[in-house]
Amino acid sequence: MQFTTIEQLVASAETKKVKISDIMIEQEMETSGQDKDTLYENMFKHLKVMEQAVERGLKEDLKSRSGLVGGDARLLSQYNQSNRSLAGNLIIQAMSMAMATAEVNACMGAVVATPTAGSCGVVPGCIFAAGSHLKASRKDLVDALFAAGAVGLVIANNASIAGAAGGCQAEIGSASAMAAAAVVQLAGGTPRQCANAVAIVLKSVLGLVCDPVAGLVEIPCIKRNATGASLAIVSADMALAGIESAIPCDEVIDAMYRVGRSIPVTLRETSMGGLATTETAKKIEKKVL
Amino acid sequence: MSKYSSVFDIVGPSMIGPSSSHTAGAAKIGLMARNIFNAQPQNVQIILYGSFAKTYKGHGTDLALIGGLLGYSADDRRIVNSAQDALRLGININLTTSDEETDHPNTAKIIMNRDNRTFEIVGISPGGGRAEIVEINGFKVKAAADNNFLLVFHHDRYGVIAAVANLLASHGINIGHMEVARKSKGAEALMVIQTDQQVPDDITIELKELAHVTGIVAFNKNSGR
Repeated sequence: MQFTTIEQLVASAETKKVKISDIMIEQEMETSGQDKDTLYENMFKHLKVMEQAVERGLKEDLKSRSGLVGGDARLLSQYNQSNRSLAGNLIIQAMSMAMATAEVNACMGAVVATPTAGSCGVVPGCIFAAGSHLKASRKDLVDALFAAGAVGLVIANNASIAGAAGGCQAEIGSASAMAAAAVVQLAGGTPRQCANAVAIVLKSVLGLVCDPVAGLVEIPCIKRNATGASLAIVSADMALAGIESAIPCDEVIDAMYRVGRSIPVTLRETSMGGLATTETAKKIEKKVL
Repeated sequence: MSKYSSVFDIVGPSMIGPSSSHTAGAAKIGLMARNIFNAQPQNVQIILYGSFAKTYKGHGTDLALIGGLLGYSADDRRIVNSAQDALRLGININLTTSDEETDHPNTAKIIMNRDNRTFEIVGISPGGGRAEIVEINGFKVKAAADNNFLLVFHHDRYGVIAAVANLLASHGINIGHMEVARKSKGAEALMVIQTDQQVPDDITIELKELAHVTGIVAFNKNSGR
């Protein structure tokens, strides 16, 4: 293994004067025994599935099997076309694409779990929106996915990417951190800036609980995919502006691990607390289960 | 050792939503059950337990299991229409839920039947889209999807295990993990053998010809994906 921490990932990239995605690809070639072309081919397939999910979510009139969600991605996208948005075109586009993917997921469509199915919208939303803004090539987008994967791998091994283990900070939080690093790389930022963006995201989501209504990957998951995407973009901007995280990224990841372990089991995907036990959630639960 | 080693564990798997444990894992249980049955079942009874029983509708766990039983992999877009597909193929599917306690919250029992042949399988979905078969026809086993493994149904006699191991060894196939279960002394028994290499068809035919071996099912980790 070339890296097990963000610091090692950044140091490796700095020494070799390459991007963090290149370090991820080198390591994957080592551990899997597959050549670079095969890895790119596999990641291109994922990019394609992501792209189709975004398209479908923005085009089709979707409704989940429970009837609880669907159609919000289109609302956001239409609103964006009116040029009235306060946050600006890029952020709203990333949010609508993230929501589109998450809605497709809720409607039993094809997605790529990144890092999980519940948080599958954040990374595609961010890389497609930022990619189109920055006129990135397809290869740049695939490289951005490898960069996101490098960050996710470190978080998964040193903290968690499962809501049942670490709450929503581990799912939407991890996805947003991965997306922030991917966007910094797409924008031409340094490996160090990628790490700072990751730290800034995670510091903003520490303690976020996993409290899905009726146990479904719908409420609040879909909207958190959208807000997670916006957090990733603004954190990337902060890092690109030269802002550094006072707490080093790996220490933030360790904090995330410790916070995850302190989150009570009622707030870790069991639907026994938080939003899941509100009055309205209980009514919804009666209706759909 | 790290929990995750590949970038594709993080960006991936490609799957049909909404849940890796309740949808993708369920599809894999269904597909494993079909492969163990070694045919398209005609009548299927599915019993869901725990969290599967409680939330299957919203997660499409039922459709995913049925899709797997029809041979669809976890990223096959046909999963969403699997119930209609089964109906069209004339397969009878009866799905019920049970509040009986199970060891794992995401558990499904699948009873498959065709031409007077019946198989009963229990599968679990431990999370992250993984799936394991934990019971086959009353034998307690542990067979995870994404591994190569071999099921050897046999009569409980001395020398059968050695004969199977020798045959595999002679073809350069290494056993990573193996367990043997039997109903009682001298009765029906089952070996579950996890292998490092895939077991090709010609070797499964040779295995079938060994004395006291009554049936072979070979799983290769890249099939049905």
